[in-house]
Amino acid sequence: MNSELLNEFTFFVLAVFVGIEVISKVPTMLHTPLMSGTNAIHGIILVGALVIAAGASSPVTIIIGLLAVVLATTNVVGGFVVTDRMLEMFKGRQTTRTQEPVKPK
Amino acid sequence: MTLVYALAYLLAAVLFILGLRQLSSPKTARNGNFTAAAGMVIALGATVPQLHFTGAGAVIILLGVVIGAAIGTIGARQVKMTQIPQMVALFNGAGGGAAALVAVAELVKFGSHPPLTEALPSVFSIVIGSVSFAGSLIAFAKLQELMTGTPITYPGQQLVNGLIAAAIIGFVIAVVAIASIPFSFLSLMVLALILGVAFVLPIGGADMPVVISLLNAFTGLAVAASGFTLNNFALIVAGTLVGASGSLLTKLMSDAMGRSLGNVLFGAFGKVQAAAGAAAGKEGRTVRTGSVEDLATLLAYSRLVIIVPGYGLAVAQAQHAVRELADLLEKRGVEVNYAIHPVAGRMPGHMNVLLAEANVPYEQLKEMDEINDEFKNADVVLVVGANDVVNPAARNTPGSPIYGMPILNADQAKNIVFMKRSMRPGFAGIDNDLLYDPKTIMLFGDAKDSLTKLVNAVKAA
Repeated sequence: MNSELLNEFTFFVLAVFVGIEVISKVPTMLHTPLMSGTNAIHGIILVGALVIAAGASSPVTIIIGLLAVVLATTNVVGGFVVTDRMLEMFKGRQTTRTQEPVKPK
Repeated sequence: MTLVYALAYLLAAVLFILGLRQLSSPKTARNGNFTAAAGMVIALGATVPQLHFTGAGAVIILLGVVIGAAIGTIGARQVKMTQIPQMVALFNGAGGGAAALVAVAELVKFGSHPPLTEALPSVFSIVIGSVSFAGSLIAFAKLQELMTGTPITYPGQQLVNGLIAAAIIGFVIAVVAIASIPFSFLSLMVLALILGVAFVLPIGGADMPVVISLLNAFTGLAVAASGFTLNNFALIVAGTLVGASGSLLTKLMSDAMGRSLGNVLFGAFGKVQAAAGAAAGKEGRTVRTGSVEDLATLLAYSRLVIIVPGYGLAVAQAQHAVRELADLLEKRGVEVNYAIHPVAGRMPGHMNVLLAEANVPYEQLKEMDEINDEFKNADVVLVVGANDVVNPAARNTPGSPIYGMPILNADQAKNIVFMKRSMRPGFAGIDNDLLYDPKTIMLFGDAKDSLTKLVNAVKAA
């Protein structure tokens, strides 16, 4: 095992623990927005898609590269926008709360 | 310069972690999404200057980003709130497909004898990414009702799925060890796509959010594997973060339904027949229907009314009508609360989002644990388009697929009013005894229509 691979493996193991720890207290009502948010983050594959697409020269690699960039961009852009739309609703509720603090019963 | 890029990737990773933490708390969730998006911009910004473009490469990147951004923006903006779970499934599938393609491109580059440290993560990414891609498409089709939402099972299904998995393992060994079989990774991709379809088919539509969450974690792992292939720090860290947090989230989601993940994924086998048999014995029982005027009187002269919203409310877009009714009742001195089951609707948090859109005061939305003891004091429970979350079978019928799921104690109220389109069972496909309870009154029809009629009748009462 060379040292670069060892480094990568270290990051991998540490990221596993961080990933679990960081969301362990999420309330139920945020499950779906959180799923959608993590979904947008794995759109980071766009970095990989850019790397392989940039060097494309043969027809096969051009097709694969184009497809990968389209799919990855869809993942990133759609993921963040749809998460924001969900969370926008939650924010709306909080402003309502401050504007109409007490409802007559 | 490479140091600058490395530091930029580190900054991106930190922003992803902070974003995830902010996303886990209602107050900071929206900022968390922005934080994560900023991390993404930085990671992409640090990548572009490092690329060595061929002429064709520059063109397909420009073209691909424009097309992808258009699809993503239009899809995410146009989708109705009720359809968001399937939209998330589509975006997740796109990511899985991209991860698989990146790995394929890397393997193609190495030719017939890739080194083991390249080949192993690549085939992992191809398999997991393809399973996620195909599985997400099936999840989308089920939720969009392009195909039946009920579990699709046939005899020997587990054996068939096992054989597909075994064939994949065989191909993995072939690709990694021998690697001279032409198109071997193409066959691998096709097999993994088939496995993705076969994996999701036997899972019912009601369980799709859990499946999407699991496939989301899969995509994260596929991305991390692609990171190992490309020796890219950003991919490894971000992909692993999603893989780990997504796995935990999947467990939390199935816990909220009172079920193990294994039961969600493989529970359909053999259980469907048992449930159908139990339902057949209940034919011929009668249900009580009430007139809108009777129900309006009942509601208007109650002290405590608890509203249980469900997917029917979301489909009918009845959130504004339900709030109008609640406001009217409150003006007459009736206390109104909403009981939100953790899995009401088709995704956790669905009802909170819809009712927030209709400006329902936050204080009236009660979580299950908070309100379950209140039901026995309620004069009326108004069930709007919900079913499985108040089904006493979860408590009383050990053979039922939802047995063990925590439910709202609607059956303890003095009166139960069900607003439903028909007697059809809920999304889990099982009969609800509560519909036949002597305390229950049915009001058939579209939830919005029924609520509007009720509002008018309460005004007159």
